[in-house]
Amino acid sequence: MAVMTVLQAVNDALHHAMGADRDVVVLGEDIAELGGVFRATDGLLAKHGPERVMNTPLAESGIIGTAIGMALYGLKPVPEIQFLDFIYPAFDQIVSEAAKMRYRSGGQFTCPMVIRTPYGGGIRGGHYHSQSSETYFIHTPGLKVVVPSNPADTKGLLLEAIADPDPVVFLEPKAIYRTVKGEVPEGDHRVPFGKAAVAREGADAVVLCWGAMVHTALKAAALAEEQGWQVEVLDLRSLVPLDEEAVVEAAKRSGRVVILHEAPRTNGFGGELAALVAERAFEWLRAPVLRVTGFDTPFPYTLEHIYMPDAKRTFKAIERVMTF
Amino acid sequence: MAPRRHATPAGEADLGLLRVLRDDGSSDRSLDPHLPPERCVELHRRMLFLREFDRKMLGLQRQGRIAFYGASLGQEAAVVGSAACALPGDWVFPALREGGAALLRGMPLRTYIGQLYGNSADESLGHQQPMHFSWRAGNHVSLSSPIGTQIPQAVGAAMAARLRGDRTVVLAYMGDGATSEGDFHVGMNFAGVFRPPVVLLCQNNGWAISVPVSAQTASETIAVKARAYGMPGIRVDGNDVLAVFAAVSAAVERARSGGGPTFLELLTYRRLGHSSSDDPSRYREEGEVKEWERKDPVDRFRKYLLRRRLWSARQEEKALAEIGAEIQAAVREAEAAPEPPLESLVRHVYAEVPAPLEAQLDEVRPAFRAGGKAEGAFPL
Repeated sequence: MAVMTVLQAVNDALHHAMGADRDVVVLGEDIAELGGVFRATDGLLAKHGPERVMNTPLAESGIIGTAIGMALYGLKPVPEIQFLDFIYPAFDQIVSEAAKMRYRSGGQFTCPMVIRTPYGGGIRGGHYHSQSSETYFIHTPGLKVVVPSNPADTKGLLLEAIADPDPVVFLEPKAIYRTVKGEVPEGDHRVPFGKAAVAREGADAVVLCWGAMVHTALKAAALAEEQGWQVEVLDLRSLVPLDEEAVVEAAKRSGRVVILHEAPRTNGFGGELAALVAERAFEWLRAPVLRVTGFDTPFPYTLEHIYMPDAKRTFKAIERVMTF
Repeated sequence: MAPRRHATPAGEADLGLLRVLRDDGSSDRSLDPHLPPERCVELHRRMLFLREFDRKMLGLQRQGRIAFYGASLGQEAAVVGSAACALPGDWVFPALREGGAALLRGMPLRTYIGQLYGNSADESLGHQQPMHFSWRAGNHVSLSSPIGTQIPQAVGAAMAARLRGDRTVVLAYMGDGATSEGDFHVGMNFAGVFRPPVVLLCQNNGWAISVPVSAQTASETIAVKARAYGMPGIRVDGNDVLAVFAAVSAAVERARSGGGPTFLELLTYRRLGHSSSDDPSRYREEGEVKEWERKDPVDRFRKYLLRRRLWSARQEEKALAEIGAEIQAAVREAEAAPEPPLESLVRHVYAEVPAPLEAQLDEVRPAFRAGGKAEGAFPL
């Protein structure tokens, strides 16, 4: 197995998918000669040609709108939105069109496509290059939403997304694009949707998290270990479909749950997870469910490090559930 | 795909008005597409059908048997003349008033009416409000109420057709109101840049609900907007079925042979309200409607057929009787279909019904079984 970064795993998955299936096409801004602003699509143009690797005009609703038409026709488009923060012009096309086409037509028309987009803070990108707005898409029936936290899952989830019969929003944790490395299986490596992964075992408490925050949770768990607390880190990997059983079982195991995400707190996915735990694991709880999240503010530039949950803040929450 | 350039079209087809039929039913011989007689008769029958059909469906709505309807009264030539140019494998992305295009291309009447009832005769099992048809066998894509979203989609479908090496053409319909939407400009721009086999058809019927086209755009015509996107724009008398047919068939042929997209403005008039829920007396003068009644597309083409002795009053009477009977039988059949099953509530959200959705359905299942209807249901 080759050791890759998260970014290389994205690129490897795209190369594999395009090589395996001529119906897979990629489109977006700056994705051809440049290979994308992060180089995720590097080399695709040279290998697969301009008919399947399409630089588009600068219009997100056009990227997603045309991708929908391609998907309806039978292709498997993988549009790239340069930053999740730029996706809103395409919001209508995603939530009212791609997500609803199967339902609207009673299954006659389907929209299998993978919207790849980097999300999240920690890169000094300010408001327009840092947000985590997964909730909008999770709240939209008809979409699937997945977020990898390491190179192997990146490839496995992306190839699974491309094979999926429904539209998938594939959120790439740009903060760890180049910093997290790991072994990535060759060929058609798949990670099924709806299966959480235990990133670290621990019997005393659990941190529910996904994407780049998994690494923050692991650091917090290491801090907790110094206090003698064994903290489990559950990497959800796919938010829709959600591995409800894994969440409920983890909550029951320790009875102490901390939820960690970058997105603003109010109506963040953490609230939904807390409700799930309350509904199905209430009697097992030994402490209130706590959330460690971004602030209910726009994403700041200078005080980004305060806004973003870090290991210390996460540890504080672990400490509170442990000492409740 | 690297952009390919092409010159702005010569002439002023986007500022003028292409007309073939004169008011008296005579035609401009140099522009007449010279369709075979049986084809002319077919166009007329299709327009008659659409008019009768709309009348009957509005009647059902007024009787409370269906909840909502959007008629195309006065726009039959634009719908029929354009849709008649598509081949069976071609794709149609409709707006509100092109359900008739699906019927013309063979969508079963029972399925169409079933959609209006939203019952189990409906292909989408009551998932959508009336008028939101989709018909896979005819590549007639589901209509979306948010305006203009279908335009970039149609461009994308045409890009896919070309990538696959198919000789498919995609028709994208829109109203005049849609040309104010971002997706219109985005779709036109992508069409100009990628030049896929798409024909963009704007039925300019003068009104977007209560807003007249004069308040929708400061542009002299809608067709002229095509210039900015590097494609030909053609302005056509939309109440002239021969002009519509001639212009759209040329655009379809151009697209099919790799010549790229064309934008057509079909100038017509919405004689009724936007939908069965609208009250146009609040925002427009009756005189304007009367004026357009005199430009009726069906009357105009009938005069042409009568002049050429291709049609007679007897034939018209017989055709109307046949159409009436066909519609009545289909209504009876569709109306008799039962409500969609409870399970349809969670079907077709994803390819497979996810477990949490099954669980949500289980919560209402006992009440549904007991009462036949879920609590909170309201009569439509």
